[in-house]
Amino acid sequence: MMMLKKISAFLMLILCCYAVNAKPYMPTDMNAVLEQLPINADLSSANFKALRTQLNANPTNVNLATELARLYIERARDEGDPRYLGYAQAALTPWWNLDQPPIAVIVLRATLFQSTHQFNQALKDLDTALKLDSNNGQAWITRATILQVQGEYAQALKSCEHLYALAPALITLTCVANVRNLNGDALKSYQDLKLCYQQAADKPPAIQVWVLTLLAEMAVRLGNTIAADQTFQQAIKIEKPDSYLLGAYSDFLLDQNRPQEVIKLLKDKTNNDALLLRYAEALKNANAIQAEFQIQSLQQRFAAAMLRADTVHQREQSRFELRLMHNPVKALAIAKLNWQVQKEPADARVYLEAAVAANDKNAVATMVNWLATSHLQDAALQKISDRTQHK
Amino acid sequence: MIYKNMLIRVIKKHISWFNCCFVLLCLCSANAYAHKPSDSYLQLAVQENKLLGQWDIALRDLDFAIGLDQDGNHAITWQEVVNKQKEMQAYAFARLHIQLKKTDCPIKYGQVLIDHHTDGNYAVLQFTANCKGQINQLALRYSLFADLDPSHRGLLKLTYKGSTITTVKTAIFGPDSASQLFMLAEQNRFNEFKDYVTEGIWHIWTGYDHILFLISLLLPAVLVYDRKKWQAAPHFKAPFFDILKVVTAFTLAHSITLTLATLQVISLPSRWVESVIALSIILAALNNLYPYVLGRRWLVAFSFGLIHGFGFAAVLADLGLTNSTLVLALVGFNIGVEIGQLCIVIVFVPLAYALRHSKFYQNKVIAGGSILVVLIASAWFIERAFNQPIFSQIPNFLSYLGLK
Repeated sequence: MMMLKKISAFLMLILCCYAVNAKPYMPTDMNAVLEQLPINADLSSANFKALRTQLNANPTNVNLATELARLYIERARDEGDPRYLGYAQAALTPWWNLDQPPIAVIVLRATLFQSTHQFNQALKDLDTALKLDSNNGQAWITRATILQVQGEYAQALKSCEHLYALAPALITLTCVANVRNLNGDALKSYQDLKLCYQQAADKPPAIQVWVLTLLAEMAVRLGNTIAADQTFQQAIKIEKPDSYLLGAYSDFLLDQNRPQEVIKLLKDKTNNDALLLRYAEALKNANAIQAEFQIQSLQQRFAAAMLRADTVHQREQSRFELRLMHNPVKALAIAKLNWQVQKEPADARVYLEAAVAANDKNAVATMVNWLATSHLQDAALQKISDRTQHK
Repeated sequence: MIYKNMLIRVIKKHISWFNCCFVLLCLCSANAYAHKPSDSYLQLAVQENKLLGQWDIALRDLDFAIGLDQDGNHAITWQEVVNKQKEMQAYAFARLHIQLKKTDCPIKYGQVLIDHHTDGNYAVLQFTANCKGQINQLALRYSLFADLDPSHRGLLKLTYKGSTITTVKTAIFGPDSASQLFMLAEQNRFNEFKDYVTEGIWHIWTGYDHILFLISLLLPAVLVYDRKKWQAAPHFKAPFFDILKVVTAFTLAHSITLTLATLQVISLPSRWVESVIALSIILAALNNLYPYVLGRRWLVAFSFGLIHGFGFAAVLADLGLTNSTLVLALVGFNIGVEIGQLCIVIVFVPLAYALRHSKFYQNKVIAGGSILVVLIASAWFIERAFNQPIFSQIPNFLSYLGLK
């Protein structure tokens, strides 16, 4: 009886949650759980709470503020929840609008700008920080990362090279190899990084996952699917895979027409929009009936982002319009906007696919030209590009 | 790029491994932050001097601000929300200020409900705000969570009803846009009246049936029917009085029924009204081809004008009327109709008067024009009386004939 009650209460909850024209309601059960808060050992630790209390008592203490901000940024990365970035910014409030805050604040501010795709502001801050302290390894690597995303490979490489004196060889080489890999040196950089990875001793698990994921992505671009699959598998077994690895592996599996594996991999990860996108694509490719429901949830999430004028997810949104809504014209428009901000292989891919689907010859030509001038070697992109040439 | 980010976190955790002297942190790209950020949804609807409000705030965010999870089990129950209801309202409404012309509109708390959004459940705070005076502008200051999470945004949907249409304004509140002023359409009586006059004019100009009826009556006004032929009227006096009588009769008649129908003294089924309007146009045009009513066309104008008035009333009703604006709307709309009608007369009559001696006008325009009007109005009549689409089928018909 109790069980039945619980089941019916659960069904009621689902109905309330997903009715298309949901109206505000008053729960009838006082014990109905309305929200499950993220359980977070770090943030509920006594140490963290003490830090918060101390900062509240003394909000202009730079050391306390940057320590708290740093903890929040780590949380944001681990949980994929941008709220923590806001909390980090709040901790930095006394310095946020200053032209030249303490160097630790500048670098944290750059990180926060980067995470909301305000790349130029982030670069400005990093340049200021590096002028004050040219040995700030974190600033150099953040700078390299942003420039690589913007497709400024020469400058990105220069930033990486500053790390030789500041960081361990594997870190520096990963930075360098990742830029060169996109810039006409795909095979050599892949082999170099693979060798360096094998030779590095006592690698912490997180480092292993990181480098292996990059190696797997490089193998994908080289068209070496067997190596890619093995490397992804290897990375996933090391520790609980994070959302980036899951996304990258899912993309590979989708391209290999293995949607069932993606469904298994992502079925509990639908809180994350980027992973929900892959999940919905897999369901659709597998002709699963739940596809329609997940597509609708995605649509609602993009609509919510549009309401707050968010442009951070344009890459995903473009892919959503192209592959799930079958609206190549809209997808291309979004891909073009996204391209002004970031130029990674995934951005090029959605741009080119949308351009082909929308039959927009100018857009196809733009992308084919970019592929030629950037010397990006990417098997999937090459295939699409070749097809347009032989038409 | 995300992966490079991880390295920094890794380095931080394994400084000994790297033997580094700098502390790095994770550099996540946005792709890693694929959850929805914090938003609240604020809806305001202007009703007379009052604002009806509904404010949806994520339970997660409220928990971070005032601690809803009282037993610390990471699950927020309805009981816990109810316990904190007063504190929640006090916290939220201390961070929302609504003003009309520098005077606060005091907020009265209503119920607290729950609603689901794409990223979880939200507390729904209902409220009303009473402003002193007519709400023709609103100043809002929004600072919810500004101190805790500067990336939080307040998404406003402001609904207000002008004289004829409902307008929805949206806005985004954040730390850089915490105070915003909204000018609502002037709701004073004069502007409202003006809107109804405009509606009346537009209805005459875009409701072709009234134009055709009027033109059918005016076509022969500059002529006299003599020896079974239309001939030019000798001087201006007779046509002028003829036109004056026709227009006045039509105006008087439709004003009477427009008023009676709007005040709900008489009501007629709209299909019947619309069909008879079409019929009136057919008869008016036929009267030019086979004149049987000559001197008393004003009587035709009057009797069919009564029916046209019901048609106007239906349009006015569709604009949405409240008791407070009824008379204003009625008078404004009617004046608009008369202005629209007068414009047609002013354009048409001098032209007809100038052409009245020509055989072209006496034969071709009168006959051809009237036949055309009969055809169009007959099609309307069939569409309206028998619910048979005709005009929308023309393209199909043309392509069937191979003309298109």
